Amino acid sequence: MAEIILKDIEKYFGSAYVIRKLNLTIKHREFVVLLGPSGCGKTTTLRAIAGLEEIDKGEILIDGKPVQSLEAGDRDIAFVFQLFALYPHLTAYENIAFPLRAMRESKQDIDKKVRAVARTLQIEHLLDKRPSSLAGGDMQRVAIGRALVRRPQAMLMDEPMGALDAKLREEMRTELKRLHLENEATTVYVTHDQVEAMSMADRIAIMNDGILQQVGTPDEVYHHPANLFVAQFVGSPVMNIAPAAISTKGKVLEVSLDSSLQGFEFPVELAAQIEASPAKGDLVLGIRPEGVLLADTQKDGFVPSHVHLIEPLGAYDIVDLKFGSSMLRARSKSGFAKKTGQQIWVRLDPSQTHFFNSKSGESLHIRLGNGAH
Amino acid sequence: MAHIRFQSVTKKFGNNTALDSLDLDVADGEFFVLLGPTGAGKTTALRLIAGLDVPDNGTIEIAQEDVRDRTAAERDVALVFQYYSLYPRYTVRQNLEFPLRSRTRNFTKAEIDARVDKAASTLRIGHLMDRKTDRLSGGEMQRVSIGRAIVREPRAFLMDEPLSNLDAKLREALRSELKELQIRLKATFIFVTHDQVEAMSMGDKVAVLNKGKLVQVGTPWEIYNRPRDLFVASFVGSPSMNLLPGSVSGSLCSLFGGAQKLKLPSSFAGSELTVGVRSEDIEISPDGPVEAVIHDVENHGVEKIVTLRVGDVLLKATVASKMPTIVDAKLKFGIEPDKAHFFEPTSGVNITA
Repeated sequence: MAEIILKDIEKYFGSAYVIRKLNLTIKHREFVVLLGPSGCGKTTTLRAIAGLEEIDKGEILIDGKPVQSLEAGDRDIAFVFQLFALYPHLTAYENIAFPLRAMRESKQDIDKKVRAVARTLQIEHLLDKRPSSLAGGDMQRVAIGRALVRRPQAMLMDEPMGALDAKLREEMRTELKRLHLENEATTVYVTHDQVEAMSMADRIAIMNDGILQQVGTPDEVYHHPANLFVAQFVGSPVMNIAPAAISTKGKVLEVSLDSSLQGFEFPVELAAQIEASPAKGDLVLGIRPEGVLLADTQKDGFVPSHVHLIEPLGAYDIVDLKFGSSMLRARSKSGFAKKTGQQIWVRLDPSQTHFFNSKSGESLHIRLGNGAH
Repeated sequence: MAHIRFQSVTKKFGNNTALDSLDLDVADGEFFVLLGPTGAGKTTALRLIAGLDVPDNGTIEIAQEDVRDRTAAERDVALVFQYYSLYPRYTVRQNLEFPLRSRTRNFTKAEIDARVDKAASTLRIGHLMDRKTDRLSGGEMQRVSIGRAIVREPRAFLMDEPLSNLDAKLREALRSELKELQIRLKATFIFVTHDQVEAMSMGDKVAVLNKGKLVQVGTPWEIYNRPRDLFVASFVGSPSMNLLPGSVSGSLCSLFGGAQKLKLPSSFAGSELTVGVRSEDIEISPDGPVEAVIHDVENHGVEKIVTLRVGDVLLKATVASKMPTIVDAKLKFGIEPDKAHFFEPTSGVNITA
């Protein structure tokens, strides 16, 4: 069992805070990713759980027991760093065996455990090699093997794939996830890469400037971001953001991004929802590229525009459109837009549109049907 | 105007061959990307054009002129680096004026002002002109670096990974901006990157380099849909193209112990092939011929990438985000026949290339 509870954690460097009022419960066997830009406090949080960093306020509980008074070595937690901290003069085998030797386990036990871990990580053929003759991915596998061999209750990982190239990172993502399923250790994983977070986490905790912004499943943070920061930190291409104004014309409600242009049709109930929200007139619209729908002929509910730029990404294209001073990027089928300058018709899918208070950045939590014709 | 051409250019550093008989043809006004992993020779190629290094063999032409005897300054090309080399104590305006104040150029104050103001408005940094460069954000600094190249109105812009130090969001924004800038200036851009997304999204043409050699040059569409060999196939696209062992009999190639059979697009004499299939071309359906176990599920928001296991073989499939996927559950899939790529396993060459 390993349930990790962070209660009102605060950490200062001088008068500047690094972590502010952090509350987070990581359940037994859960894979939680701490996600955020550099300097957001995610690594400090991880190091505090490991016992490598002292906190100024609050409590860290592991299985209900406060651990602040425990040394790092007594917390039964394994740590994997971005830079594979392996002993260069020891073979892969000895590197993995190291923590067991430190605990004075018997030779047979050590051998059994090292080989079992090596099998899971598919590095059995590398056990006699020294780190210097291993590729980056294999070094990181050895480092993970060393962390796993003790069968710790919890694994803490700090950007373990940060130093690997893109292709290897993709492979390691799957491996780590499978490893987690088999190993059952509660895992806290730090990264600034939202793809890693989305693709591996049971839940993501997004931090910015020392403050926890949102905790949720990948689906929750992607589809229901709590504020503009989360909305634009998660997802690629980044969520489109534009100041918006609503107006009612007869039975039709329009949302416009620029007063000189035709607005987008939205369900009329939007007016009441915005009126009831604290934002009133200070509105920012957010929509992901897949929510910007394109048509190559005039269609009901679609607004005319022009293709500003096409970014072909192989499996799909990103089409840039300009609305006054705002830019909208749409995700389209590969080859849908033929050339820049081409006329195109655009609709914003109401069910995929988010509204935020431009002053606070908070989501208004407005959810609309798709209002299809 | 700058049409740039490499003819069998070789460059060695000691025993290491950085470029091996490279031929390149960059049209005037083209956004040309050099794509490849570390050590592919892309930066070396750029430095040779700029005149910072001299080739051991072969010729480089800029606008139909062999530039062997031209100094870097005479070549009239501008370099933008990954690390913005700005003068920290100078204001943005002073940084932009700097390349125009050189004694070899006799610009009047009015000419300098005109060029600097035009560059500033192009890059939307007009509001930063009086700020010292050490007070700028990363994205602003990179804009100023590009501005310093623009004011010179060079024959070509050479860019060495200019976006790689920026965060993901800024990188995306600058990708569009740079492409837009190139279209507006109608200038020749040679852009070096190891990031296939940058290459695909910005390039008119992409040249894929590996170990000093040109592997393939083509439009982003060609590079993605008609990869010449296994290197290009797996380097371009994310997730990486699935590469599966296939066995040939007659005009058919069978996969997964014969569960899926694909007709070969051209005759092939050998008995084994490597079959490449992109994750979006794996079709999951109850009628699919191949049975698999869900090995892993990655949520990417707009879609999910599912790792499937068939025996010992793992492959990735892109599926709609709403499709239910449970790890260790079984499902069936098939490969769209016209979406498969066939490679000779030892040479890695596409048999239809």
